[in-house]
Amino acid sequence: MTTVTPGAPLRTTSVGTAHTRIEGRDKVTGAARYAGEVPFADLAYGWLVLSTVARGRIRALDTEPVLAMPGVLAVLDHRNAPRVETGYTGLLGKPDPTCAVFQHDRVPHLGWPVALVVAETSEQAREAAEALVVHYEQEPHDVGFGGEHPDAYPADGFMPAVTEKGDLDAALASSAVVVDAEYTTPEEHHNPMEPHATTARWDGGRLELIDSNQGATWVVGELANLFSLDPASIRVRSEHVGGGFGSKGVRAHQVAAVMATTVLQRPVRVVLTRRQMFSLAGYRSPTSQRVRLGADADGRLRALEHRSLSLSSTVYEFIEPSAAVARVMYDAEAHHTANRIVRLDVPTPTWMRAPGEAPGSFALEAALDELAEKCGLDPIELRLRNEPDKGPVSGLPFAGRNLPACFREGARRFGWADRDPRPGVRRDGRWLLGTGTAAASFHAGAAPSTATATAHPDGTFTVRISAADIGTGARTALTLVAADALQVPPDRVQVRIGDSDFGPAMIAGGSMGTRSWSWAVQIAAGELLERLALGADIPPEGITVRSDTAAAIGALTPAERHSFGAQFAEVAVDVATGEVRVRRMLGIFAAGRIVNPLTARGQFLGGMIWGISMALHEEAVRDRASGGHVGADLAGYHVATHADVPRIEADWIDDPDPADPVGIKGIGEIGIVGAAAALANAVWHATGVRHRSLPIRPDRVLSAPAGAPDA
Amino acid sequence: MREFDYQRASDVAGAVALLGADPDTRFLGGGTNLVDLMKSGVERPARLVDIRELPLDEIEPTPGGGLRVGATVTNGDLAAHPEVRRRYPALAQAVLAGASGQLRNMATVGGNLLQRTRCGYFTDVTQPCNKRTPGSGCPAITGEHHNHAILGASDHCVAVHPSDMGVALTAFDAVVHYATADGPGELPLADFYLPVGDTPHRETALPAGALITGVSLPPAPVAAHSRYRKVRERASYAFAIGSLAAALDVQDGVVRDARLALGAVASRPWRAAAAERVLVGAPADAATYAAAADAELAAARPLPHNGYKVDLIRNLVVAVLSELAEEAAR
Repeated sequence: MTTVTPGAPLRTTSVGTAHTRIEGRDKVTGAARYAGEVPFADLAYGWLVLSTVARGRIRALDTEPVLAMPGVLAVLDHRNAPRVETGYTGLLGKPDPTCAVFQHDRVPHLGWPVALVVAETSEQAREAAEALVVHYEQEPHDVGFGGEHPDAYPADGFMPAVTEKGDLDAALASSAVVVDAEYTTPEEHHNPMEPHATTARWDGGRLELIDSNQGATWVVGELANLFSLDPASIRVRSEHVGGGFGSKGVRAHQVAAVMATTVLQRPVRVVLTRRQMFSLAGYRSPTSQRVRLGADADGRLRALEHRSLSLSSTVYEFIEPSAAVARVMYDAEAHHTANRIVRLDVPTPTWMRAPGEAPGSFALEAALDELAEKCGLDPIELRLRNEPDKGPVSGLPFAGRNLPACFREGARRFGWADRDPRPGVRRDGRWLLGTGTAAASFHAGAAPSTATATAHPDGTFTVRISAADIGTGARTALTLVAADALQVPPDRVQVRIGDSDFGPAMIAGGSMGTRSWSWAVQIAAGELLERLALGADIPPEGITVRSDTAAAIGALTPAERHSFGAQFAEVAVDVATGEVRVRRMLGIFAAGRIVNPLTARGQFLGGMIWGISMALHEEAVRDRASGGHVGADLAGYHVATHADVPRIEADWIDDPDPADPVGIKGIGEIGIVGAAAALANAVWHATGVRHRSLPIRPDRVLSAPAGAPDA
Repeated sequence: MREFDYQRASDVAGAVALLGADPDTRFLGGGTNLVDLMKSGVERPARLVDIRELPLDEIEPTPGGGLRVGATVTNGDLAAHPEVRRRYPALAQAVLAGASGQLRNMATVGGNLLQRTRCGYFTDVTQPCNKRTPGSGCPAITGEHHNHAILGASDHCVAVHPSDMGVALTAFDAVVHYATADGPGELPLADFYLPVGDTPHRETALPAGALITGVSLPPAPVAAHSRYRKVRERASYAFAIGSLAAALDVQDGVVRDARLALGAVASRPWRAAAAERVLVGAPADAATYAAAADAELAAARPLPHNGYKVDLIRNLVVAVLSELAEEAAR
């Protein structure tokens, strides 16, 4: 029996109300099991062996002595591993051959998987893997990324490589003020707390994986293609995922685990080590960006050029589309953007929180700050004067663009009006103080998803969707959405996620997860209520309704749909020691309907803190001689610590879009966008020196000559 | 995992006997460095002798105002000890500037002195490293070295010693006490670490088979007015890129006594003796401090990417000595 009454007023009390994580207690008490922890009888352990050369061929693997080691069950390599198919196009395009392990003897980068050692215990597998001697025919490699690589070429990825309108040279020539600057960002890594892990087994004719990923049906699709299996014969479950940030798709360890369980016919677990993650989990490409801005004396842009170079591996074309930010943010009569890449003997980079926007906004928003300085304009006023009324490249209308409101609210709360624009004039003991701001945006997309909603006779409901909660609070957010859609309190709704058997759904990525899943949940719940309104008795197995949002998403009016935000930062710089410390940060966002204020704030803050990390700390160092990393662990690769995170606040303004069926926009990535620029702009305001290369480390601050305008 | 034997020693003589002359046996203190190195394959001991239960966990005042610190005193207890904080504040500050609370509660004084460099080539067994594999080469010299040595390095190794504690101990003329099968011995910390030369794998003058039993700090009234400043690439939980332990005694505007030691500039904590010679007897002003720093840094041989350390150390010396002098004048 249900309490739903036809015609009752719509309850929307759950969405917008702070709710602790449903699985929070399980997580903090250790009851929540992650992919590397779920126990299985007869479990074997695989350990990946990675290449120690950056380019060449495998000449031989001395597997005999390793096979004789205690507990060793098998060694898979290119000579004996099952063949896989890579000539397909999956959910997000063609597969990166890096995940198609052990198919040939070529080594395209250091850290390339050359073998999997499987043993009875993890310790035995590791010892044997480390004992495996691999002989290589080494070839000269090139890992040197720089601004002017002769082999660079424009590359599309998920968007056109190049957009051009207007005569750039003429517009620059006729501009009263010109900024022409180059910016660089280093190779950066996403290292989720939970390492990449999978357990694969054949169970009753089905391949089953307990896996840490950002989309269970995505993984199913890739594995089905790779192993030429019927997708229905694969099940991937991902109950809890300890962070993803773009890194958790199909990677070498899952494919190797499936190969091993197929060969051995027993469950096989493969977990990446932290060090292995640096070469196998993807990363953000370094970027070298040039921004040219031309403006009238009043700051109105006449010319905008943003060119970005990133890198990819020799085996797969991945583009970090940093130059695309301006296609949304600012217009000019001459408007040129271009993403180019160069292919080097390095691992394939991948999506890392706000791909494109994070490094691109650093360059563009820092350049805007330089333009404001040259125009003698407040940086916020400069941005307000350049608010476009339609998509600068697309020409489409904005489905809401509340950036000015973000700046106004942020300025009010940050105390921006009292700011002295002069750089290098505020001191607190040994510290020079400065403030900075920058704009942020991120695409608010949606992708087709399916969900089911089931009404039970006891008045409760179950919603099933193959969503992934990678630490964002998605399970809780979807519960609130479902509760409102079903017009019941959240404790009457159980949302089950992380199981590919629930049907296709968008991945937790592109800031599209919650928006896409909520849409499917809303439709399923709405149709279920309609069914229940007919008054039929609910049978013991319940009444289930399935939704598919493909048609609804296809019916969306074309528009520029984005979240926006304004970032503010205050920093302290000791120019005698080069130390930069953040004193406070504020981010104000216009990001649609906020489902769960508690976890949403965490998402925004997490992004902003990552922005601190990006601005001041993170840099993976690649050794040119060996082609590998130096210090590939979380002691050598610095991320912000608690002590680096100051008074930091995130909040949001109303951002309704009545024309949008869900009104929810993504918030997973926008928190990092613009954060590094706001910090770099604040460092300039503190010191008078423009730091255009991240991270702004003490050695860089110290190497900037006193009074020099550039660094 | 490579298997190893584990034994627990209950007294010093027993620990020394257990170690014997076996080059594949290591003493295990807090394990905060050794265990990491075992995981990464840099250390492959066949046997560990756990010395944490040895009766070496006392901090005792010595006549005249010094201290004797047992080898198994944890970093956390050392930094919290009232007499350490009163007599050698820079030592307490140095310890607190290192690692994290959890690590400091495990790490021991003896182990801290024997910890290995965090050079990324040393800790990666797939890379050459003269310190780890003598004769294999030093990729840091032409590779990543922005946090490597500017003083006392050689063509064979440019790694820096990571200890903060050791920098303060060096400034205060600490003496390392040890036990061997032949009886006890001692080494001034100034002589404890060997020059790099062409033997970077030989790091200390500790006799083979010796167990560090403690560290003594001679009385040093100047140390009561001392400071440790550490510069690192984030606010916490990072090794120094340059640090300074300094003590200063100023009377009537003249430096009467000074102690200076530098961290993250050399293969060992670096006593800035040349700087001290410039300071003592000179006017207590910024020009003197700068001249002192310059005297020490005259021997600096920076690499292409660590030249900033010369400026950093110079600035640190001037800033910290100025602070100490200002505070003394108040």
